[in-house]
Parts: sequence; C-alpha cells; structure tokens
Amino acid sequence: MTKTAETTSSDTQSRNSQLLAEFKETTGNVRVTEPKMRMDNVNVHYGDNQAIFDVNLDLGKNEVLAMIGPSGCGKSTFLRCMNRMNDTVDSCRVTGSLTLDGEDIYAPEQDVVLLRARVGMVFQKPNPFPKSIYDNVAYGPRIHGLASSKDELDQIVETSLKRASIWNEVKDRLDAPGTGLSGGQQQRLCIARTIAVSPEIILMDEPCSALDPIATASIEELIDELRQNYAIAIVTHSMQQAARVSQRTAYFHLGRLIELGETKKIFTNPSHELTENYITGRFG
Amino acid sequence: MPLSNSLLIILAIALIGFFITRQRAYSIALKNGGVAKLHSLPLYYGYLAGIWALVPALILLACWSAFENTLINSSVLGLAPADLVAQGEDQMALLLNQVQNIAAGSIEASPDDALQARMVARMQSLQGTSLLIKSALAIILAVVGVLWAFKSVNPNYRARIKVEGFVRIAMLLCASVAVLTTVGIVFSVLFESVRFFGKVPISEFMLGTHWSPQTSIREDQVASEGSFGAIPLFLGTLLISAIALIVAVPIGLMSAIYLTEYAKPQVRAFAKPAMEILAGIPTVVYGFFAALTVAPALRGWGESIGLSVSSESALAAGLVMGVMIIPFVSSLSDDVLNAVPQTMRDGSLGLGATKSETIRQVVIPAALPGIVGGVLLAASRAIGETMIVVMAAGLAANMTVNPLEAVTTVTVQIVTLLTGDQEFDSAKTLAAFALGLMLFITTLVLNVIALHVVRKYREQYE
Repeated sequence: MTKTAETTSSDTQSRNSQLLAEFKETTGNVRVTEPKMRMDNVNVHYGDNQAIFDVNLDLGKNEVLAMIGPSGCGKSTFLRCMNRMNDTVDSCRVTGSLTLDGEDIYAPEQDVVLLRARVGMVFQKPNPFPKSIYDNVAYGPRIHGLASSKDELDQIVETSLKRASIWNEVKDRLDAPGTGLSGGQQQRLCIARTIAVSPEIILMDEPCSALDPIATASIEELIDELRQNYAIAIVTHSMQQAARVSQRTAYFHLGRLIELGETKKIFTNPSHELTENYITGRFG
Repeated sequence: MPLSNSLLIILAIALIGFFITRQRAYSIALKNGGVAKLHSLPLYYGYLAGIWALVPALILLACWSAFENTLINSSVLGLAPADLVAQGEDQMALLLNQVQNIAAGSIEASPDDALQARMVARMQSLQGTSLLIKSALAIILAVVGVLWAFKSVNPNYRARIKVEGFVRIAMLLCASVAVLTTVGIVFSVLFESVRFFGKVPISEFMLGTHWSPQTSIREDQVASEGSFGAIPLFLGTLLISAIALIVAVPIGLMSAIYLTEYAKPQVRAFAKPAMEILAGIPTVVYGFFAALTVAPALRGWGESIGLSVSSESALAAGLVMGVMIIPFVSSLSDDVLNAVPQTMRDGSLGLGATKSETIRQVVIPAALPGIVGGVLLAASRAIGETMIVVMAAGLAANMTVNPLEAVTTVTVQIVTLLTGDQEFDSAKTLAAFALGLMLFITTLVLNVIALHVVRKYREQYE
C-alpha cells in the first residue's frame, strides 16, 4: 500500500508530538571546555506562554554556533536573551542563569548598556540608520566614548568597514546615506557597525534571510573570517547555511533544545529522531 | 405649471425609462440565450436610459434659465418711452427691479401707473410662455432620450462602457468643483488686491511701518488720509505665531515622544484621544479663555513683579494659541515617530545605546522631516488663526516685538476692515483683500514646504 504525502506528514506529526512528550534532556554534549557564554536552565515566558524550556547551552570562544529549527521553535527568542534584547518586550520574563565570562548577565548590578556593547547583534533585516555610512559605523564608538580624537574615530570606522569587507565599495562615499546601499551592502554595513564597538560575541538573527544568493555568500565568507576574533551565534532557516558556516549546530523544537553537536554530525548522522525528521525535510 | 413639477416629470420619465429599458434588455437577452450573451448586464442598459433622459433635459433647463432673464428684461424695457431711457441706466435698473418684484407678487403695484402695469403684464406673460416652452422642450428631450436608449438595446451595444464613461466625467466634475473654487477665490482676491494697489502703492503696503486704515467714506467726513503700511501687522502675526510655536513645539514633541516611546499602552490609549480633544475645542472658546482668564492673570503677575503688561497682550494670545496647536504638533509627530521601524530602535539598542540615546540620535533624526512638516502645518494654522487674536491680542497696530504689549495681526485687521458698513471701492475695504492675499501666499508657501518635506520623509523607508 502506498502512502500519500499527506498521511506521511500527519504520521510524522503525531510521531513528533510523541517524541516531544518523551523528551527529557538534550542529546549530545552541550558543554565546551572554554565557554565564552554559559546558559543554564534558561526558561522564557511571554505572559502565560512559555517559549523556552530548560535550555542548557555553551557558546565557545572563536566558534560559530548555528541554531536551527522550525518556525516558532524559540531560537530567535533564545538568541535575544543572550544580550537582553528581550528586555524591550514588556511581557517577557527570563529565568535561569546566563553568564558571560562567568559573570551573570541578568544580575541586578549588570548594566545592560555595557552588556550589549560586549554582545553585539545583527538583525534579520538590514537596518542601517538614516545617517551617512560613516555616522552609521561611528555611532557605537561615539556613544561609548571609544575614540578620543577624530583620527582615532576615522581609524575605527576604517578598520570596521575593512573587517566587514565593505571598505572597498564605500571608501569613496562615506558621506552617502547608508540607506542608499544595496541589501547585501547594508547588511555588511550593519555588521561593521556592530564590530566597531569591539564586542566579544556577535549574535546574528537570520542575517541573510532578506538577501540574494550572492550577497548571502559574501556574508557567509565574512562570518567565517570573523570567527578568528569573535564568538558568533547565528540563527538561520537555511540548513545549508548552517552547514557551511558553523562548527556546532543546535536544533530547537518548540522551545526545547533537542540536540547539539558537531555540525557535520548533526547533518550527516543526527542522533535524535526529531532532528533527523527536520534535517531530512519531513516537516518544518 | 411651476418648474419643480416639470423636474418631477423628467425624473419620473428617467425612472420609467430605467425600468423598461432594463426589462427590454432582459427579454432580448433571453431570446439570444441568456444574460451572458449581452455585452453588458441589463442594469447598465437601464442606467443608460436614465442618463439619456436626465442629462440632456437638465442641461437644457439650466441653459434656458441662465439666458431667459436677459431676454425678458430687454423686451420689457423696450416698452419704456425714450425720455425715461434718457434718464440713464440707474433709473432703468430701478424701474426693472420694481417691475420684477411686482410680477413676482412680492410688492403691491401702484394703481395709477399705466406704464408700470403694461410692463408687469408683458413680463408675466413672457415668463409664463418661457416656462411653458422650456418645460415642454425638456420633457420631450427626456422622452426622446429614453426612446433612443430603449431602441439601441442590442447584444452588441456597449452600455457598460458608456455608463462608466459618464460616471468618470461626473467624478471629474465633482473634483473640479474644489479646484475651481480655490482658483475663483484666488482670482477674486487677486483682482481686488490689484485694485487696492492702484490706490495705495505696493511699496507703501509692503514696506510702510504705519497702519491706520481710517479713510473718509463721504466727501464731507473729517478723517485722516489713512496709511497702509502692513509691516506692523505681519510683525504682530509673526510675534504671536512665534510665541505659539515656542509653546507648542516642545510640549507637543515631548508628549509625542512620551506617548510613543515610554507610555504604557493603557496610558497611551487614554492620553492620545484626550490630547486630540484639544483640537476639537472651538477657537472662539479659546478666544474668550485667552481674553477673560489668561490675559488678566498675566497682567496680575506682571504687576506683582513690577512689569507693565497690557491687558491685551501678544503673550496671552500666543500662549493660548500655542495650547490650541499642541495637538497638531503632537499628533503628527506621534505618527511619524511610530512610523520609524522598530528594527531601527533594535539596531541602536543592540549596539549598547541607552533608550534616550536611541531616541535622540536615531528615532528623532529619522522622524525629523516628518516632525518639521507637522510644525510647519501648525505654523500655518497659527498664522491664519483669527478668533483668539481678535479677542485677546487687541487692535492697536504697534510696531513692537515686546510680547507684553498689545499687537494686532493680519487676520484681526481683515475682520475689523470688513465688519460694519463699508464701501467697496475705498482703499480701506480693499486693503482687506491685499492682506488676505499676503496671508494666503504665506500659508501656501508654508504648506508647500511642509508637504514637500513630508513627501521627502516618505521616501526614506521603502
């Protein structure tokens, strides 16, 4: 008897719910030897809805950690906990422990402004400020007082733009508005802007989802270079992208961290059946 | 048969035409194998009949009515003897007016005036004939229209396209009413201003610093020559508008920032409509509030600290006007601040900026063109505002920038120039038009700049 696609998918769905009900703890080793950021028993609630359930996860130094999973699985929410961007959402409540170099980032004495300077963020849609390219990059250094002279600021802007591999394209028109660049250039400008405050960690929330394949390729190349200096956590919908840029991959499903492992292993030989169902494209 | 009856008949013909033509379209459609075989739905054939009945007949009635009076009048005046004609046009116009009134039955005829009686009789008979002919013609035209539409029903007749074309023309006419009115007003103001500038040199009006428009109406009246230097008026307008903007811009902007960035949704849900109520208060209420409450209070405070404050001061009018235009600034700023995408704020916060840094350095610059547009609109509102300044600012055209003194504004002077009895060819009355023109140009320029700025803002985000 041949099954239609529909029955397969509904079978998979009921199997998935069963697996989710049986889920106890994350498959694979969530810890690394030298964590930059360590998250323990993180729970996130939006009002009465729980979005993240008991997630334990380490972000290592100089690694790219990819977070994948179906829409609504909580990967973006989790990412936004890592620099307390969720503080801007009134109904959001975060419990558990998140430490950056052993320091609790949700501690009352923690200054969220300084935290966000250390943990920078690149967003899904390129969001350059309606200012000149120069001012976009100089924004962060100015508010944090990182440069004591104009020359120093020029230096920071140039270095950041070079690191984001956009310097050659914009060096002759630093006074032009950042909003006039193409989508891929805008996103690299946003990355340069983030780099300019010399963060230790860069969080990327689907940084390529609004970009065409060529722009995506240049961003991915950039991510790989940035790994030399920063720890990077990237949320992505594209499994190919996760496979290309990351060293470890975390699979989220309905707020739970199901499996974590070496990227190669996750994509070739996942241990958990939920991960396998997602990777093989049976749902998601 | 009065005109209203023939109008009713024409309307009835149009209605009947609509129904019978639609019916005929149905029956033809059925013969040809269903409504789908017709080019248009039967309804459109009906509409077309109605349009053919109404439009030509109404146009005929309108044209006829526009010209009939001239013809009848000249015929009636033809009865007048030569010696009466020799007395001049004014006399003839008077006579005609009398005859018209008697013919319409609004005044009694004088019993012993034979000429008058003949003229009334001719006017009445001519009017009667004219009415009869025009009604008959219009009704015939309506019937012919319906018959025409009725006859032309066939499956290939493109009724829908004709109806849509007619509706498009009708909409165009509606749209042109507003435009033509504006053009008409501009031209009437322009022509009267040109007449004014014929009496008072434009250089005196634009550059003169003394405003005292009292001129003699009759030869024997004792009055000054009148001087028409408009600078004190514009200075007064500028002073009061500046005070109003100094009040309204910071308060409006701050409240808009509070409402968009800081207020909880419940506060916002209450505060925003409450602020917009301010815009609904009639300006005359603001006016007596300014004159009876604010001005005496200012005067009292001024005296207590040893300042002499005039009881009608620019400050009082400006302050109240400022309160009046707060909603313009706050409501428009609120809209543009809300239009700044959340991703922009996230981008700034994600770099470690504080909330206030984000607002000052990202949100406000991004919204600035829109805010400027809102402020300019509020400014043109302040410049054109009349009621508050009439009641609270005074009439004395003082050449001063001291807000504690009484000043007057362009709008106040227009009001005073045109209230009461006047003669329409004296410089005093015509000055109102020149002032109106200047005011119109000022607000027009401000509005154009505002619209331009707002449009530029719209291009910033896709």
